[in-house]
Amino acid sequence: MEPVEKTPVAMLEFEHPIVELERKIQDMRHFTSTENIEFKEEIKRLEKKLEKLKEEIYSQITPWNRVQIARHPKRPYTLDYINGIITDWVELHGDRAFADDAAMVAGMGKLNGKSVAIVGQQKGRDVKENIKRNFGMPNPEGYRKALRIFKMAEKFGLPVICFIDTIGAFPGIGAEERGQAEAIARNLREMAVLQVPILIVIVGEGASGGALGIGVGDRVLMCENSWYCVISPEGCAAILWSDRAKAAQCAEVMHLTAADLIKLGVVDDIIPEPQGGAHRDPKAMIDTVKEYIVREMQALLKVPIKELVDRRIEKYYAMGSVVE
Amino acid sequence: MEWFKKSKSGIVFQPKKEINDDLWLKCDSCKEIIYRKEVEKILWICPNCSWHFQINSEIYRAILIDQDSFKEIDRDMGSNDILKFKDKKGYADRIIEHQKKSGLMDAVVTGLGTMEKRPVAIGVMDFRYMGGSMGSVVGEKVTRLVRRATAEQLPLIIISSSGGARMQEGALSLMQMAKTSAALALHAEKKLPYISVLTHPTTGGTTASFAMLGDVHIAEPGALIGFAGPRVIRETIRQELPKGFQRAEFVLEHGFIDVICDRRNLKNLLVTLLNHFMGSKIPGQIEKSDDLFIDAQGNLKKKYQASKAG
Ligand SMILES: [Zn+2]
Repeated sequence: MEPVEKTPVAMLEFEHPIVELERKIQDMRHFTSTENIEFKEEIKRLEKKLEKLKEEIYSQITPWNRVQIARHPKRPYTLDYINGIITDWVELHGDRAFADDAAMVAGMGKLNGKSVAIVGQQKGRDVKENIKRNFGMPNPEGYRKALRIFKMAEKFGLPVICFIDTIGAFPGIGAEERGQAEAIARNLREMAVLQVPILIVIVGEGASGGALGIGVGDRVLMCENSWYCVISPEGCAAILWSDRAKAAQCAEVMHLTAADLIKLGVVDDIIPEPQGGAHRDPKAMIDTVKEYIVREMQALLKVPIKELVDRRIEKYYAMGSVVE
Repeated sequence: MEWFKKSKSGIVFQPKKEINDDLWLKCDSCKEIIYRKEVEKILWICPNCSWHFQINSEIYRAILIDQDSFKEIDRDMGSNDILKFKDKKGYADRIIEHQKKSGLMDAVVTGLGTMEKRPVAIGVMDFRYMGGSMGSVVGEKVTRLVRRATAEQLPLIIISSSGGARMQEGALSLMQMAKTSAALALHAEKKLPYISVLTHPTTGGTTASFAMLGDVHIAEPGALIGFAGPRVIRETIRQELPKGFQRAEFVLEHGFIDVICDRRNLKNLLVTLLNHFMGSKIPGQIEKSDDLFIDAQGNLKKKYQASKAG
């Protein structure tokens, strides 16, 4: 729901010492091979130091650090996963009512040789692409395009995979005029009873109804450094502290990490990321996500659809915590 | 106002002392100072500009439900500070403070009752309790109400007034949107009517779930209805918002509201709609026993029957 302040830098502040040391080691290696100067001992020493440093920094990673990792511009986005995992991909456009929303990608492709329908929010990597993609914040037509694909998947018996990566549905005049709330609400209702398996993967950011609008499913997986909550840390800070700068503080109390959400029963499994986050080895991340998706989908396809939908509804009925 | 005179139910009209205690009050809209009794008499509508004052769940019940017919369900359900959430104040303290201040357990009252003798399941949100925000309690009570309506084949009416999802319960609040919508999907599958009444204000996760999923959407005049709040939109797009933006009249013009209804005609309109949906013949009594539960197949069962059978 919140606008991105600016494109974040390619290096996160907390990983700065690691990246610096890595550079130093690389330089020494370069010298060793080109100038014939022996740095072997020194390189060995620094590599040991690097390992220790990584252990130290990554073991103390805070929820806010994870939010930063989830926003890293080199982190794989929805289309990176589709390109790396899916074959015979055909992207489909438009909600058949108003427009095509580039913040929401939709289409069909094959996962391990079997056809599936895929929907996901898509961010841009540079300013130009981000303007086209509206920073991954869909308008109502994005949610209606998604619904069109869900219903088509149901018609042809194709399982659905949704990739979530958004700081929220776009808060704009046109979005309100065209019924952002209605578009999201309708998706929630239709996804709850859709007669095909639905697998949700939260790959980056997941805030508010903008994320949930394509996020109701049989299994919800979350990448280790992604986050998911009722509002972005900035939005929470603006409302509760009247100060967006308190976002880091907010992230600490919102219970938005994968580990938190497993405990709350909102998420079913965590997909591990390469050390330091997906941006440090995107290829490895995409392979891991594929492995998880294939395994989960095989399991879902074994369950009779009626039973699957009943279980899906029961799962959501059980969510929440009250005192009686 | 016609229904009001005709009605045999003889409504007792005792609003809580919430707006203020004085003889006079100021209209939120036209800023006119008006005689309190005047406003009260016409169901908290400004006699000068017809602004519909926010009213609490008890008043709506008095206006809409036949006298002595209301049977509240899940009355004692309260919020749980599962995240140990703390901003300027701890959520646990806020819960108690709001319960004391409002006399409510949480932001919605649900139950069964009759309207012109017609049985209905009805939920009324209450803005007094933490701005009508939806956390686990609102989600759970609305879901149980919808499931009860489905099991008893009752039409459903929900009066919304809400600032959206409750931040202090994090992702669990968000999941209440999915939960209530799932229950409504099954209610709709049974071809039972659901009428959503949106009052001032209805925004955020409440609008983006059960409030926008009615067969018919009714709004009170002037009510603010939207997904994002006006402040967030203004800050995002950095331009002024059009006049009347997100007001009921604007939302109707854009196709998301069926009818804007004066509060004095609301009961009449609801009964007329229910007659269209379900025929004017009034079905039997509603089950008022406390000894009930809904089984896995969605059927309403008496507890003693289940224990005998099991
Ligand atoms: Zn007035």
